[in-house]
Amino acid sequence: MKLELRGITKRFGALAANDNVSLVAEAGQIHCLLGENGAGKSTLMNVLYGLYQADSGQILLDDKPVKFSGPGDAMAAGIGMVHQHFMLIPVFTVAENVVLGHEPVKFGGVLDIAAARKKVREISDRFGFDVDPDAIVGELPVGVQQRVEIIKALITDAKVLVFDEPTAVLTPQETDELMAIMRQLRDSGRAIVFITHKLREVKEVADKITVMRLGKVVGEAKPSDTAEAMASMMVGRAVDLEVRKTPAKPGAAGLEVSGLNVWNHEGQQVLNDVSFQIHAGEILVIAGVQGNGQTELTEAILGTQTKHHGSIKLSGHELLGKTVKQVLDAGVGFVPEDRTEDGLVADFTIAENLMLDRSDRAPFAKRGVLQLDFLAKFAAEKVAQYDVRAQGIQAKASQLSGGNQQKVVLARELSRELKLLVASQPTRGLDVGSIEFVHEQIVAARDSGIPVLIVATELDEATQLGDRIAVMYQGKIMGIVPPDTDRTVLGKMMAGLSA
Amino acid sequence: MISKFLRGNIALSVLAVLVSFVVGGILIALSDPTVQSSASYFTARPTDLLSAIWNAVFGAYDALFRGSVFNYQAATTTGMFKPITETLAFATPITMAGLGLAVAFRSGLFNIGGTGQIIFGAIFAGWVGINLDLPWILHFPLAVLAGVFGGALFGSIVGLLKATTGANEVIVTIMFNYIAALLLSYFLKTPFLQAPHNINPISKPILASAKYPAFLGPNFRLHAGVFAMLAAVALVWWLLNRSTLGFQFRALGHNPSAARVAGINIGLNYVLVMAVSGALAGLAGTSQILGTEGSLTTGVAASFGFDAITVALLGRNNPFGVLAAGILFGGLRAGAVTMQASQGVPIDIVFIVQSMIVLFIAAPPLVRSIFRIRAKVEAA
Repeated sequence: MKLELRGITKRFGALAANDNVSLVAEAGQIHCLLGENGAGKSTLMNVLYGLYQADSGQILLDDKPVKFSGPGDAMAAGIGMVHQHFMLIPVFTVAENVVLGHEPVKFGGVLDIAAARKKVREISDRFGFDVDPDAIVGELPVGVQQRVEIIKALITDAKVLVFDEPTAVLTPQETDELMAIMRQLRDSGRAIVFITHKLREVKEVADKITVMRLGKVVGEAKPSDTAEAMASMMVGRAVDLEVRKTPAKPGAAGLEVSGLNVWNHEGQQVLNDVSFQIHAGEILVIAGVQGNGQTELTEAILGTQTKHHGSIKLSGHELLGKTVKQVLDAGVGFVPEDRTEDGLVADFTIAENLMLDRSDRAPFAKRGVLQLDFLAKFAAEKVAQYDVRAQGIQAKASQLSGGNQQKVVLARELSRELKLLVASQPTRGLDVGSIEFVHEQIVAARDSGIPVLIVATELDEATQLGDRIAVMYQGKIMGIVPPDTDRTVLGKMMAGLSA
Repeated sequence: MISKFLRGNIALSVLAVLVSFVVGGILIALSDPTVQSSASYFTARPTDLLSAIWNAVFGAYDALFRGSVFNYQAATTTGMFKPITETLAFATPITMAGLGLAVAFRSGLFNIGGTGQIIFGAIFAGWVGINLDLPWILHFPLAVLAGVFGGALFGSIVGLLKATTGANEVIVTIMFNYIAALLLSYFLKTPFLQAPHNINPISKPILASAKYPAFLGPNFRLHAGVFAMLAAVALVWWLLNRSTLGFQFRALGHNPSAARVAGINIGLNYVLVMAVSGALAGLAGTSQILGTEGSLTTGVAASFGFDAITVALLGRNNPFGVLAAGILFGGLRAGAVTMQASQGVPIDIVFIVQSMIVLFIAAPPLVRSIFRIRAKVEAA
C-alpha cells in the first residue's frame, strides 16, 4: 500500500507544528523521517494516526483520500504504529496484549485465548520473532516487548507500519535485530515509516529519507550522504559530530570507588562490588543499557541511596554516608539523568533554578534574606555565557526547550568550585546543536583538571566522550576498556558476556 | 493534586464566587414562600412570580450587604459602620489560619489541621492569659507568643512524623484535629482550665492585661488582632518571596526531588513548613481567645479551620489573595445573620454559597465550561 501525506498543516495556537508537510511512502520501502526533537515528526504521525486533525492537507492511501477521526479508523485502514513508549499492559501475557481492543470471542462472549495464541505464534514464526504467546509481558526484555508491539500492529494486517523512535531503549544488538526485522517487513511488501534522529540507523536501513526542521520538510537525503551532511540539514547549519578533545592528561587518582554495594528500597542488590578509579583530568564513561545500576551508582555518589556498603573517596575524603548537601559542598557537580524531575523546578524561573543549590548562602543569601539583585546579575551572566535561549531570566524552566533546560542545569553545576563532575545521560533527548555544546562543556571541565564521570547509554557518546569506558551489566562492572574498543566487543559486554 | 490548585488564576476564583452567588440566588428564590405561592398561578399573572423572585433575591442580598459592609438603614453612625467591623472581626482568624494553610499548600503539604492548630494556639494563649498576672506590656505579647508557639508545636509534630516515618500529612492532620478538640474538652472539665465552681466546660475569663486592645471601644467586637492579621499577610509574602526559607519551601512544593538533589534538607523543611503553618493557625487561635471570646470554650475554633482551607484555595495561596478571600468569607459570616433576621432567609444558604465556592474551585473545568474559557490559551 502506498501512503501519501499531502500538504499537511497542523497549528497549535500561533505555532505551526507541521507546515505544509508532504511525503510519499511506497510499499516495499523504508522511508526515514529524520529530524530533531520538536521538528514536528511526532505531530505528523499523530495526524496520520487520527490522534490530531490536520488544519489542512490530505492523507491518501493508494491515491484515495481518507479521513481518520481516531486510531481505530487508522488501524482499520491498514496503518499500524509502534510507539516509542510501549502501549502494553505488563501483567498480561503476550497473547492477551496483542488482542487487546479486538478480542476474538467464542460463543457467549468468552475470550477465545486459544485463537489469540495461535495468531501470535503464526506471526512470530513467519518473521522469526521468537516470542512466546504465554509469556508475561512485564517479564520480557525490552527488545522482545517491542516485538510484541510489532505483532500488535501486524495482527490487524497493517500495510503501513510506523516506528516512532524505536531504538531509544534498545541495546546495540537489539537495534541490529530490529533493523533486520524492518528489512524483512519491507521485503514482505509493506511500507515502513521510520522516525528517528539517529544518523547511523538512517544510513544503515533507509531507502528514502525525508528531513524535517521546525515543522517543515527541508529536503530529501540519500542514504549514501555523509552523516555530517544530514545533520546539517536537520539543524540548519554546519555541525561537528566529532567530539573535539585533546588526549587526556590524567593526574592523580581523584575519585576512588571501591567494593561498593547498594541495595534499593525493596532490598534488592543493585550494585555488586563496584570498584574503579577516575584520575584528575580524565573522563570515565559508564556504558550500559539503561537500568543496569548506573542510576544507583550516581545516586550513591550524591548521597540519595541509603543502604550501602563500601567506599567512595574523593581526593581521599569519604563521600559515602554523607548528606547531599555535604557531598555538593565537597565539590561534586551533579547533572541528573532526568532533568525535568531531578534537575529543575519547572515552575521556577531560570534565575531561581540557578540558585537552587545555594539559596542558603552568600552571595545568594545573607542572613536568610535572598539577594535578588545579585541573583539577577548572576543569572543574566550565566544565560549569556551558556547561550540559554529564553525570553529572559524570569522565563520559567518549563518554557525552555530540552537543550536550554540542560544548559541551565550545567550552568548551575559548573558555576561551583568543582572537584568532580558526575553527569548522567547528559545529552538525553537533546538536539544535535545542544549535544555539541554539552560535550564541549564536559570536555572543558575535564581539561580544568577534575575527574569526570559520565553515564551513557548510547555507544557513540561513550566512545567519543570517554577516555576510558567501564561497561555495567546488572550492577557489576564487566570491564574497563579504552574507547577504541570494537563496538561488537562493547555490545557483548553490555549484554553481560565478558570481553 | 496540590499543584493543580496552585495553577488556578484570579479570573477562575472570581468566577467561582460569582457562579456560587447565582446558585445561592436560585436557592433563595426557591425557598421563598411568596415565590412558591405565586408560582402556582404563574400562567394567570406571571409578573407576580417575577417580582416575588426579584424581591426575595434582591432582599436577601441587600440584607447580606447591610450586614457585612454598610447599613444604610441604621439610625446611628455607629450602627452604619458596625457591619464592616463585624466582617473584619470574622475575617481576622479566618485570614490568619488561611495564611498558614497557604504556606503549607505552597510547600506541597496538604495541611487539613487548621482546626487542631487553632485550638492548640488557643489553649496555650488561654492558659497564659488566665494564669499569669503581669502588666499588659508583658502579659499580652507573652500570651500571643504562647499561642503562636502552641500552634507551631502542634503543626511541627505532623512535619516530624512525615519526615521520619513518611506518614501522610492529610491523615495525620485530620486525626490531630480530633485529638486537639477532645483534649480541649478534657481540659475544660478538669481544674487545669475549668473555671472553679462551674459545672460547664468553660475556663475562667481571660485577664484584661492579656487581651488585644478593643481600639473601637466596647461596642465593637473588632480588636487590634486585625492589625496582626495585616502584619501576617505582609510577613508571609516576605517569607515566601524574599527569604531563603520561603524559597526552599516553594522548591519543595513544586518539585521535591529536584530540591533533594540540590541539597535541600527535605525532612527538616517538612518540620519547618508545618511549624510556620501551625504558628499562623495558632495566631488565629489567639485572635479568638485574646480578642473576641471572653474565655475558653470548646467552640473556640468554630469552623475557622475548614473555612481557612477554602480561603487559602480561593486566594490561590497568595497572601494578598488570602486576605481578599478572608474578608469575603468574613462578610458572608457577618451578613448571614442579618439576612436571616430581616428576610427570614435560612443561614444555611450562606453555607451553601461557601460550599459551592469550594466546589467550583476544586473543579476548574466546571467553571471553564460554564464560561467557555478555553484551556487552549495555555497550550499556546
